[in-house]
Amino acid sequence: MRQNSWWNILLLVPFVATLFPGLYNQLEPHLFGMPFFYWYQLVWTIGSGIVLAIYIALVNRGASHER
Amino acid sequence: MSASAIIVILLVLAVTVLGFFAANWRRTGALDHMHEWALGGRNFGTIISWFLIGGDLYTAYTFIAVPALAYGAGPIAFFALPYTIVAYPFGILVLSRFWSVSRNRGYITAADFVRDRFGDRWLEIVVAITGVVAILPYIALQLVGMQVVFQQLGGFFAVGDGKIALAIAFLFLAAYTYTSGLRAPALIALIKDTLIYITIICAIVAVTHMLGGWSGIFSAAQSALAAKPKPATLLLPHGAYFVYGTLAFGSALALFIYPHSITSILSAKSRHVVERNMALLPIYSLLLGFLALLGYAGLAAGIKASNAQFVVPMLFAKIFPDWFAGVGYAAIIIGALVPAAIMAIGGANLFASNIFQEFSATRHPGQTSIAKMVTLAICIVALLFVVFIKPQYAIGFQFLGGAWILQTFPAFVIGLYTNWFNPKALLLGWIAGVGTGTYMAVQTNYTAAFPLHLGGATPLVGYGPFYALLLNLVVTAVATPVFNAFAGARGTDATSTADYA
Repeated sequence: MRQNSWWNILLLVPFVATLFPGLYNQLEPHLFGMPFFYWYQLVWTIGSGIVLAIYIALVNRGASHER
Repeated sequence: MSASAIIVILLVLAVTVLGFFAANWRRTGALDHMHEWALGGRNFGTIISWFLIGGDLYTAYTFIAVPALAYGAGPIAFFALPYTIVAYPFGILVLSRFWSVSRNRGYITAADFVRDRFGDRWLEIVVAITGVVAILPYIALQLVGMQVVFQQLGGFFAVGDGKIALAIAFLFLAAYTYTSGLRAPALIALIKDTLIYITIICAIVAVTHMLGGWSGIFSAAQSALAAKPKPATLLLPHGAYFVYGTLAFGSALALFIYPHSITSILSAKSRHVVERNMALLPIYSLLLGFLALLGYAGLAAGIKASNAQFVVPMLFAKIFPDWFAGVGYAAIIIGALVPAAIMAIGGANLFASNIFQEFSATRHPGQTSIAKMVTLAICIVALLFVVFIKPQYAIGFQFLGGAWILQTFPAFVIGLYTNWFNPKALLLGWIAGVGTGTYMAVQTNYTAAFPLHLGGATPLVGYGPFYALLLNLVVTAVATPVFNAFAGARGTDATSTADYA
């Protein structure tokens, strides 16, 4: 069994960051001419991938890498 | 014949040959074994799984419909980003657990798991039927996506609104899926996604170059959206926040319950492969985001599409030399064939293992041959659907399918964590969810935003199927102790804790 289910809290980060458009529904600041609403969400695609990669590294730390 | 038409024919023929050739690719056993035919031997590593699952989830129809929504209605289309962002943290918990129990107990469908977990064949059958019914319009939509491209290509392709070309392409697909099983879309997905990535990257470079960078595209799109019959801006109206969030969340919960998702996930060779893919698949979401922005590029480029679905093909025709537009068209066509094949296999697996088996007197040894026949039948039904019925109905039916598949969430997803729910209560919750989901879909003319009146002055506008799921959960939870007390013995759980690790 994997231990340390506290790491599961990490998985909430992408939910909180993207499911509440009130947090990011604005034009400024622009990035490369793109309004904030758009580039913020684009950045979070890769951002959530990184969060998940960190999560995987943490929960599998010390676990057997067989399979 | 135009250069784009020649490129399309060559690429589609090439993947067809590849589809038949795939039968012997990475073979691990006899092809008449269900695990071999339906799950590619359960032996795909991280990279092949990435292409397969990505090619499966990000369908051609998505690539047509999301930019079309941006072109027609503006920022609401970008719900596709939170949707395909939050699906993965959810998936990493649920799917790795499901992968383990399926490997340990030999499941090939979600309904296989539900049968063992709750010891109830009716629940199994209901979950299976929901999956099959939900997958049919989803396949039909892939055909709609292909049809759009065929009409854009013109000439022979557009004969009979593209239906003849559609039938030919789809019969090829049915034939190689029949012979090669999941290996066919897995191998073709490598080509498909390479083409898709190349096309989108080139399109983004071209439109930003031609239309004055992102600031040029956004300011032109802003004017074009303001001039629509239903004007929009570059930002969401306040009243749309809740529907944006619940639409993304509800869609994400449904994404991995669909039979085609299950099929491609279970073909991974290890739990680590599933986990790694959850971290790597968001790269496709980034691609999808840029695709949605092509809808804005279409507005900025002054494309006048009578049907918004044509915006991306028309944009390709405008910004690319003809031969390279052909690469883009081929990418969308092949991009429809890959998920359609996996969807047909996923639906066929449910039918063969969970519907046919439960109604046949003996557990049938020829399960694979049944699944193969059903794959053909599913392809033909989807084709007939598109040929004889308006695409509009396919879109409405697909919306219903999404509402219905979400109602198997309590049995399947919560079932992965606990068997507390009574199976009869789950059935009752499913009935309540499907009933209200259908009612709300009809009320809103098959659109996402349902106004829920909670007694306040203004209704809470949210994603209807999400409301239906909440009701489903409440009914299931309330009915569980009642059924436990009065409905006699319930089925036994055939799984053990160790199976999930």
